[in-house]
Amino acid sequence: MAKAKAWQLRLYIAGETPRSQTALKNLKQYCEKHLKGQYEIEVIDLLIKPQLAEGDQIFAVPTLVRKVPEPIRKIIGDLSNEEKVLVGLNIIPVGMSSAVKGN
Amino acid sequence: MKTQFNTPDFQKEMNTMTTSMKSKIQFAPQKTLPKTPTGINGFDEITMGGLPEGRPTLICGEAGSGKTLFSTEFLVRGIVQFNEPGVFIAFEEKAEELSKNVASLGFDLKKLVKQQKLRIDYVHIKRTEIEETGEYDLDGLFIRIGHAIDSIGAKRVVLDTVENLFAGLTNQAVLRAELRRLFQWLKEKGVTAIITGEKGNGTLTREGLEEYVSDCVILLDHRVSNQISTRRLRIVKYRGSLHGTNEYPFLIDEDGISVLPVTSLKLEAKVSSNRVSTGVPTLDLMLAGKGFYQGSSILISGTAGTGKTSLGASFANQVCNEGGRCIYFAFEESPEQIIRNMHSIGMNLEKHIAKGLLKFHASRPTLYGLEMHLVMIYKLIKQFKPAAIVLDPISNLITVGSVGEVKSILTRLIDFLQSEQVTVMFTALTMNTIVNDQTDEGVSSLVDSWILLRDIELNGERNRGLYIIKSRGIKHSNQVREFVISNEGLRLEDVYLGPEGILTGSAREAHKLQKQMENILSKHALGRKDKEIERKAQELQARIATLNFEFESIKEALKNDSIEEELRQEVLQQNVDKETLFRDNKSGGGRENGRSINAGKNKRK
Repeated sequence: MAKAKAWQLRLYIAGETPRSQTALKNLKQYCEKHLKGQYEIEVIDLLIKPQLAEGDQIFAVPTLVRKVPEPIRKIIGDLSNEEKVLVGLNIIPVGMSSAVKGN
Repeated sequence: MKTQFNTPDFQKEMNTMTTSMKSKIQFAPQKTLPKTPTGINGFDEITMGGLPEGRPTLICGEAGSGKTLFSTEFLVRGIVQFNEPGVFIAFEEKAEELSKNVASLGFDLKKLVKQQKLRIDYVHIKRTEIEETGEYDLDGLFIRIGHAIDSIGAKRVVLDTVENLFAGLTNQAVLRAELRRLFQWLKEKGVTAIITGEKGNGTLTREGLEEYVSDCVILLDHRVSNQISTRRLRIVKYRGSLHGTNEYPFLIDEDGISVLPVTSLKLEAKVSSNRVSTGVPTLDLMLAGKGFYQGSSILISGTAGTGKTSLGASFANQVCNEGGRCIYFAFEESPEQIIRNMHSIGMNLEKHIAKGLLKFHASRPTLYGLEMHLVMIYKLIKQFKPAAIVLDPISNLITVGSVGEVKSILTRLIDFLQSEQVTVMFTALTMNTIVNDQTDEGVSSLVDSWILLRDIELNGERNRGLYIIKSRGIKHSNQVREFVISNEGLRLEDVYLGPEGILTGSAREAHKLQKQMENILSKHALGRKDKEIERKAQELQARIATLNFEFESIKEALKNDSIEEELRQEVLQQNVDKETLFRDNKSGGGRENGRSINAGKNKRK
């Protein structure tokens, strides 16, 4: 739980549903691929801690919240579309940085 | 369940049950839907109890129609009046904004939140912050609402406005399915919920929420006609319950929402046989000597300047003199103006105001819509509890509504007043001078008594005439009386019938004078005759005296005659005696002579 991590992500789920499993699996996969070593994922199960839903304005599950870097971004759904997730989190995919920058 | 209860079989079964069981069970099938009272003024009356308990209700309407306020009041009243905690899920406003917005209505949300009676959860959905990928559901929202409900044990929930979700999320299919699930879930939770929805084009709500919430739908409306806005409320549907179907006007003021349960469709108001004086003794006399019935409605109509306001004020004055309360609704003049003007006819209204018996409520008709006027009147009457009210004049209300609307308002007002046993006096201005009319805002058929004031133009002057067109249940005079407004007050003059009908004003005075003159003349004539009779009597008396005198003298004469005769007889006798004596002495003896003298002496004595 080092504070130094550049990417702090929080995944809200409601119970261990297949959908939340998928979301978590997808998220881990993308992070390993593009943000290796720079990220930290916190999973919050709202069935256990419902009081946390208000703070991050969660209404749909699963919801991925990018706490750091700011501004806060939210992605809802099972994160099955890699491109959308990356755009949503504003992650520059590995190996495409120059192209994106040039754009 | 319900149908089962209503079958004849069930009824039969019921009858065979023991009475104790029956009394317990009978309650359930006979009672309609259980309801949650809202505590909102008048609303519970038109819904016959409130919103369906444990079910969601949809409240839809345009922006600014009062949806949020209605929902907030529902929660606040629930907490304050019925001790039912509530949850407010706000999709539009932040908790602080909401608190501020309703603070002006005297709702202290912060305090209620602190007391753990109210929870406000602001669900913020910002499209720019949100990306959607793949499948999701709204369990997050469910959990939030569920948590809020459970944390304070809420019985009432408001979702304001859930449609904002549609703006934030793109996957409509998911959203719709989830909303359906949400409402179902709220039902299972057993909370009475209000869901608000913005009115769409041609539909009740923009996103067709009415499809999901099918138990009770209420439409709020905010219409502007002739630059005057009126809020209205209509119950579009209420499954399993009777309800009023009309559009009910409602008012938002410092006490929150007041809905007007306008028409009690039944004519069941109690009636009183008590009478109230009109304040004009001579007018009372025209109404069988006692005035109007308590709780009746009186219309005073007439052209300009015929004394309608004076009559109205006089009635108010009378009510207060008798110790009753009265509200004077002035739509034309300010209270000061009326008080000053009434001073000129010897009426002191100030003392009644000081005593708290009389209350003036002056407002321009254009201040707000007709319905609002009605709601204001309604509220004031509920607060002040007067014995009588005066509305002066109702014709001015026409400026803010059509004749039909005014009539409907007045019908409902009269209805309400009758149920409250408040006597009401309307004044109405008639525009034309021809008095045929059933006009007068069409209320003439509704009112119990109708008094008409009119101008009588005769001999180059204008006078006021008053007559009673109708007065239900009171024997009333059919005369047209002259109505006089003097320094001492109002009075009705006696009828003066001249050769050309009724005389008024100076013609009446002239007639009076003439009558007086005739009286004097005839008195004089009578006097003369009396004297003549006296004289005659004296004359006759005199004659009688003379005759008497004559009679006396005759009588005297006759009497004298008879005495004379007697004397003469006596004298004659004496003479005869003397003669015989003389003859005896000349030729007879002594003895015989002596005896005869004695005998003569005895005879004379």
